[in-house]
Amino acid sequence: MHEKQEMIRVEKLNKSFGDLHVLKDIDMTVNESDVVVLVGASGSGKSTLLRCLNFLEIKNSGKIIIEGEEIESDTHNLNEVRQRVGMVFQHFNLFPHKTVLGNVIEAPTQVKGIRKEDAIKAGKTLLDKVGLGDKYDVYPSTLSGGQKQRVAIARALAMKPDVMLFDEPTSALDPELVGEVLATMKELAEEGMTMVVVTHEMGFAREVGDWVIYMHDGKIVEFGHPNDVFDNPKEKRTQEFLGSIL
Amino acid sequence: MSSILHFFDVFISSYDVFLDGLWITFKLSVASLLIAFIIGLFFAILKISNIKILEWIADAYIWIVRGTPLIVQIFILFYGLTDILLIPMFWAGVAGLAFHSGAYIAEIIRGAIQSIDKGQREAGRSLGMGTGLTMRRIILPQAFRRAVPSLGNQFIIGIKDSSLVSFIGMQDLFGVASTMGANSFDYLPYYVTVAIYYLFIVLILTVAVNKIEKKLAESD
Repeated sequence: MHEKQEMIRVEKLNKSFGDLHVLKDIDMTVNESDVVVLVGASGSGKSTLLRCLNFLEIKNSGKIIIEGEEIESDTHNLNEVRQRVGMVFQHFNLFPHKTVLGNVIEAPTQVKGIRKEDAIKAGKTLLDKVGLGDKYDVYPSTLSGGQKQRVAIARALAMKPDVMLFDEPTSALDPELVGEVLATMKELAEEGMTMVVVTHEMGFAREVGDWVIYMHDGKIVEFGHPNDVFDNPKEKRTQEFLGSIL
Repeated sequence: MSSILHFFDVFISSYDVFLDGLWITFKLSVASLLIAFIIGLFFAILKISNIKILEWIADAYIWIVRGTPLIVQIFILFYGLTDILLIPMFWAGVAGLAFHSGAYIAEIIRGAIQSIDKGQREAGRSLGMGTGLTMRRIILPQAFRRAVPSLGNQFIIGIKDSSLVSFIGMQDLFGVASTMGANSFDYLPYYVTVAIYYLFIVLILTVAVNKIEKKLAESD
């Protein structure tokens, strides 16, 4: 078996908001095609960690190494880095003034300078893939939450990222709509996409995740394969957390 | 009864002079509001720039406009521009009105920009779009839609305020009414006539803004 390429490495990452120390000496590695699931109580820092990986939050100290290159927010072109690291948000954040297809082709045409016809062709293929082949020309406000999130996934994929970050992608959805989004994510994982997912969906973590990270109070408390973490958690805090949600 | 007939007589017989005034009011309003919009957008962006000195500049401008009467601003700009810089009266009037409306439009646009959910900015940035591109393609189009009712309202105020240029000698709608009234010592019919012209302009603009609002609501 060949060694997987390292996609993201984080070393001694610290982040504070004012006096609030949110991330404390985080170390983690994400390899190519890995699906890493971040779990933990709200306020444990998992979303902040994810947002640091996309530089929507700027770290206070430590290293973030993306595809072998250490990225510093003041010396690197973050717009270029973000093209390689796609992000899906809890509240979708679709552009309401653009159609579904308009959302998907916006960044490829405006940022990458791809010709509109080519972007439309690629965008339609992506929308077909996430099951929205009949929704090209409607506005996001007419879609269900699950459909919106699938458009958001297609929009991020349109930039052909090497890594996809998901920040609680199903938390804002009605329960009956969660499945369709998780199915899309699972398909993506099976195609070999490298993914970091913050979620409360333990079923997804167990089934799709290669690794699970349990965070508590800004620290990584436990890290391992899903079956090990869920069935034999070593740390007492992990046991308590799992006991409280399962 | 005879006074009503007299009014209609004035209203009808004066239409060609008032149409000249209407044309000036129209040119003045369009030019000043167009420039005010650009000024407003510029200062709105200064205010949200997060750069202290630029915010201060915008604050100072808005403070001056809010803190002084429009007629004083018009007189200062009129005498400053026409006497010192030898700019034609029409453009001095445009400058006075644009300088004034610009501050209110700046506040309207700033408020609209800040009302757009910050997730929109984050979505743009996460796709690799730069600050400027995100502002231009994602934030501003949404902010303008949201600002349409307030901007329409400000445009209506701007058109009515343009009547003050008659005090620097311009023969706009109100200037025509003043001149005709003074020449005939028959003030009331001319002022009622000019009121009807303004009401009609504002009516047209109100209907137009409502139409635009409806159109925008459809795509939302």
